[in-house]
Amino acid sequence: MNETAIELIGINKRFGLVHANKDISLKVRKGTIHGIIGENGAGKSTLMSILYGFYEADSGEILVDGTKRKITNPNEAIAAGIGMVHQHFMLVDNFTVLENIMLGAEDSAILNKGIARARAELKRLERDYALEVDPDAVIEELPVGLQQRVEILKALYRGAEILILDEPTGVLTPPEADHLFRILGQLKDQGKTIIFITHKLREIMAITDEVSVMRQGELVGTRQTADTSVEELASLMVGRRVLLRVEKGPANPGDVKLSVRNLTVKDSRGVTVVDNVSLDVRAGEIVGIAGVAGNGQSQLLETIAGIRTASGGEVYLNGKPVDISGKADPAELRRRGLAHVPEDRHHMGLILEFEEAESAILGYHDQPDYLNGVFLNVDAIRKDAEAKIKAYDIRPANARLKTANFSGGNQQKVVLAREIEQDPDVLIIGQPTRGVDVGAIEFIHKRIIEMRDAGKAVLLVSVELDEIRALSDRILVMFAGRVVGERDGEAGEDDLGLLMAGIEEDREAAE
Amino acid sequence: MDIVVLTIESTIRLSVPLLLAALAGLFSERSGIFDIGLEGKMLGAAFAGGAAAAVFSSALMGLLAALVVSVALSLVHGYASITQRGNQIVSGVAINFIAMGTTVILGQAWFAQGGRTPALTGDARFTTIDLPFAEALADVPVLGTIYSDILSGHFWLTYFAFAMVPFAWWVLYRTRFGLRLRAVGENPGAVDTAGISVTWLRYRAVICCGILCGFAGAYLSMALTAGFVKNMTAGKGYIALAALIFAKWRPVPIMYACLLFGFLDAMGIRMQGQPLPIIGPVPVQFIQALPYILTVILLAGFIGKAEPPKAGGVPYVKER
Repeated sequence: MNETAIELIGINKRFGLVHANKDISLKVRKGTIHGIIGENGAGKSTLMSILYGFYEADSGEILVDGTKRKITNPNEAIAAGIGMVHQHFMLVDNFTVLENIMLGAEDSAILNKGIARARAELKRLERDYALEVDPDAVIEELPVGLQQRVEILKALYRGAEILILDEPTGVLTPPEADHLFRILGQLKDQGKTIIFITHKLREIMAITDEVSVMRQGELVGTRQTADTSVEELASLMVGRRVLLRVEKGPANPGDVKLSVRNLTVKDSRGVTVVDNVSLDVRAGEIVGIAGVAGNGQSQLLETIAGIRTASGGEVYLNGKPVDISGKADPAELRRRGLAHVPEDRHHMGLILEFEEAESAILGYHDQPDYLNGVFLNVDAIRKDAEAKIKAYDIRPANARLKTANFSGGNQQKVVLAREIEQDPDVLIIGQPTRGVDVGAIEFIHKRIIEMRDAGKAVLLVSVELDEIRALSDRILVMFAGRVVGERDGEAGEDDLGLLMAGIEEDREAAE
Repeated sequence: MDIVVLTIESTIRLSVPLLLAALAGLFSERSGIFDIGLEGKMLGAAFAGGAAAAVFSSALMGLLAALVVSVALSLVHGYASITQRGNQIVSGVAINFIAMGTTVILGQAWFAQGGRTPALTGDARFTTIDLPFAEALADVPVLGTIYSDILSGHFWLTYFAFAMVPFAWWVLYRTRFGLRLRAVGENPGAVDTAGISVTWLRYRAVICCGILCGFAGAYLSMALTAGFVKNMTAGKGYIALAALIFAKWRPVPIMYACLLFGFLDAMGIRMQGQPLPIIGPVPVQFIQALPYILTVILLAGFIGKAEPPKAGGVPYVKER
């Protein structure tokens, strides 16, 4: 079969300043499973939401079965035979399976007749696709795997020929994921077309026929799955960004400053996101954690910083244990010499509505330097902020300006200046240069190396492989919540790429 | 015996406005729009009803005016909280204040009776209905008393209010509109992705709320009393809200909760100035506060967690 089920031509979508989809053209053949892979924030979900009519593209065309369709709301997508299983299920938790499936497709104003038809139709779907589920079960009492099945049934009930699944395995256990793959295989055999979005390479290789790779809003390539390799896809996903190599001398590691032992963290759904991780960071070295986004690095960082609670393991700071079981106190950790530059400066690092001077003391506002009895010593705070503005070349050089009015790179410098100038023993940094212009990147990298040379322990998390390689003295690679390998700072890109794709792990499992 | 019959009879009489207002709140809140403005809508409707009925000497015109004003106020609340995504509590409180002030000012300007509307007589007021054979069956022991003294002789709005209980249940649980309305209060995303307009659905829910509040207000000024009196809702909107929470947003328990609160109200009136055995005289304020005290105590421990509709109070914004 070579017919085209979906064709996208020149799709563009902007959210304010973010260009989420840049001129994307894509063909999906009928009766195939087409994977779309990319890191978090690459624009996959946005593209699919456009196809499902949840967002409207700024420009571009959508062709379904060769005819141009205007899809501006989910109704039109449903009418065109497109169904979607969302990443966060669009189910009403206290409704039954049947009610959820009927919602929006009830047939008539009074439910009785519709219910009978829905029941019969559900039976048929169950038989045809082996998708058993109790129609009278309440959603919140079902395991996630079954909830997802309800989402699939919902789409099929509406007559979907083309099924979009957005990160469907993110919430599933491995056996549940395997089951899903079998279901998708069956659906394909029945002639359905499936678009499968993920950031996991293993899944792409396991079930897709074709795969398109997205990076930073662009579609950077489409391959036949059989003709490509994990390495090729990984390098397409991560990309090669030209980075100025920062000058750095050999490291002079001293005592262990930060020690993590068998740390395990579960997310709010109870899924293990950090799995038995142990690591040491010594004074005077930079330890980089590499990995494709979403493999537990963020949660590891947040747990060490005392923001997230661990379900097992120990953390030692300067040789003394840290309570990570839920009573950890970021302020206490700060006093003990830990500084944290969070991954997401907008949500965790800064208060955008505050003046720069106020943002520059967040978390340290209770230090005597900034206080005048119980009141803030505004003069001292502004003077302090102005000194940092000078030292870090923050522009515009105005401490009274709202933080939101600074560019990404300058906002990041505000956070870095705040944390570094406290002279911590341990500095943990997440994505130090995300959304930062090239000039600022170089400056930030230099500062981090200066910290190392001053004998501080630095733990660096970044999804930019080049950044990890440029800065780190040792590199740990995380995959699926575990540290799957350790390399020195000179490790090659291909070597690390394989680890990041979880290849090493598979090899070990096979042996 | 007489006291029991009278108390039950006035319990029913006093629970009608609570029941209508609580059912009104049920429609709004089940769709995810919290409505603390039941009080204001009821008050506005009571005034409009009393005024129009007096001017046109027609109860029907009064009812119509009550409905128009109440629905208009509910649309204001809808515009603020659905279209403008404002804070639903603030909007509701604003409506309460507007109603409280405007009714007095307009009442004084139009009728110059200190904020009252002229007393309603004859056709301008709702009349009571005797059920068939009420007279004949009055002498049958117990059942006859129940039928002719308790069930018969109420305003048609009273029967309407109690008939609304199964009707509201049927609408919410047995119709397409009800299914979608309940869904939008729990997970508007599910409704949106199913291709249904969240906005239009919530507006319809808010209009239903306005209509029922209109009936509640009309009952106050045109049935329970013969004319509008300044601030005559006296917190009934809040009690209705308490009943709604107490009943965990379900129609039939709402009826029982309203009857309970109506009963406390009736007891309060009956016990004015009468000393209780052992305890002695109890201040009437205490009895009047009982529904609130009871709500707090019961919500705090006895009826389990009252879980509001999940999306309640949260304006719907498409996820990015």
